[in-house]
Amino acid sequence: MRLLVREAFLAFRRAPLLSTLSITTIGFSLYAVGLFALVAVNLRQALRLVEERVEVVAYLLHGTPPEAIAQASQDIAAFPEVARVTFVSEDEALKRARAELVEFRDAYRDLAVNPLPASLEIQLKDGFRDAENTAAVADRLRGYGFIDDVRYGREWIEKLDRLRNIAGLVGFIIGLAFAAVAVVIIGVTIRITVLQRAREIAVMRLVGATHGFIRGPFLLEGAIKGLLGGLVAVGLCYATYLLFRGQVQLATSGIVFLLPEQVTLGVLFGIAIGFFGSLVSVERHLRDV
Amino acid sequence: MIRLSQVFKDYPKGVALKNVSLHIAKGEFVFLTGHSGAGKSTILKLLFGELRPTSGDVRVSGFSITDLTPADVPRLRRRLGVVFQDFRLLDDRTAEENVAFALEVTGARPDGVPSRVMRVLTQVGLAAKAHAYPQELSGGEQQRVAIARALVNDPTILIADEPTGNLDERATRGVFQLLREINTGGTCVVMATHDLDLVKQTTYRTVELREGAVVFDSGADESPGDDA
Repeated sequence: MRLLVREAFLAFRRAPLLSTLSITTIGFSLYAVGLFALVAVNLRQALRLVEERVEVVAYLLHGTPPEAIAQASQDIAAFPEVARVTFVSEDEALKRARAELVEFRDAYRDLAVNPLPASLEIQLKDGFRDAENTAAVADRLRGYGFIDDVRYGREWIEKLDRLRNIAGLVGFIIGLAFAAVAVVIIGVTIRITVLQRAREIAVMRLVGATHGFIRGPFLLEGAIKGLLGGLVAVGLCYATYLLFRGQVQLATSGIVFLLPEQVTLGVLFGIAIGFFGSLVSVERHLRDV
Repeated sequence: MIRLSQVFKDYPKGVALKNVSLHIAKGEFVFLTGHSGAGKSTILKLLFGELRPTSGDVRVSGFSITDLTPADVPRLRRRLGVVFQDFRLLDDRTAEENVAFALEVTGARPDGVPSRVMRVLTQVGLAAKAHAYPQELSGGEQQRVAIARALVNDPTILIADEPTGNLDERATRGVFQLLREINTGGTCVVMATHDLDLVKQTTYRTVELREGAVVFDSGADESPGDDA
């Protein structure tokens, strides 16, 4: 074990340039993946902010008894898709209309009778804001006799759905492509390291070292390079995030950085590539010689 | 110790060994001679499990090379020492580290390594240069380090493929004398060479190969199993 660790670290000391180059290569390859993840995460965040505005509005018939409304509000709030139900009375609706629709302010000012209906505004839970769930909730609302009309901007939500699906698919494909390119580049880098030490491997075989023993230091070295490359990538991603944080505004909030779990996953990905890349290269080398 | 029975070895470009049968007893010193391409190196590679025979049987130190499994290869090589014309030392390690490397990668106890390394470096006459890197040593000295590395695991057989091929006359004499001393200690030495002057200096058994076949064996009269 001590020899394994010593040999792995000696490899860094004996070939500092190659080690630095391979860590940098791993770092930049993972940085490309990380940058893409950063963009994907922020796009999703932006979509979520837009989605939060999805709501279903049920307009009530004039003269609906308050008890019926209270009962219905409770029932609707218990729907699995529903996050919150807000009752807007006729008076409140008029007040809002006066405040928000400035160009019609005069028309609303001198009304003898309030023409606006009371309504229930229903916010949906995260994950239920797509066209299908929204339509299902709207249909159920229409079953109440005192609900006159249900509106939810069907077209807008359907567009949002399509955007979400396209973003997901494109993101997955590009992410996969970036990761594949990173794997290939890192694989080549590690193969160079193994070839550079071909003589050492030959001597090990000659004096009777087992394949397991030969593999050990390479795998550890690969994993360490993957770890360091992963940390370099995280640093570069964070620097990029800091650079853009002040400049880009997404809807109401600024851009976000990757979650700690995502960062950990990225670094683990680096370690895994380093480890398995070394395994493949050493195995291939041991088979060839 | 070593027995080849009706061994054939084919390469894609031609036949390397044709019906070679050979028995080498414990403690023997055997020269394999012949021109380049005669099959000397092929025999040596069969002995340390780098090649398998196309047909026939090769037995080395209790292992059947024909049926050698990947797991057997390290076990076989720990009983052998192998040296080459080009030394095959690691340039970024000192003489001492090169020798220690052979012990370390075969799982030797770390506390015994320094003393065993110094013992063999003393045996090959290089104790004073233990901390020198290969490029700081002469060709003869580098080959001595390679021999020390081959000896450090106490092999029963030392396989030497043209060990003096890259050395001047003086270094050749020194390395050859060292191999003789090792043989005197009981280690079987199989040495491929085309230096006939060296061969003529001694009465050691000589096996001459030509185009993959044994054409002369000075020890052919001796009965198999003779450990002389």
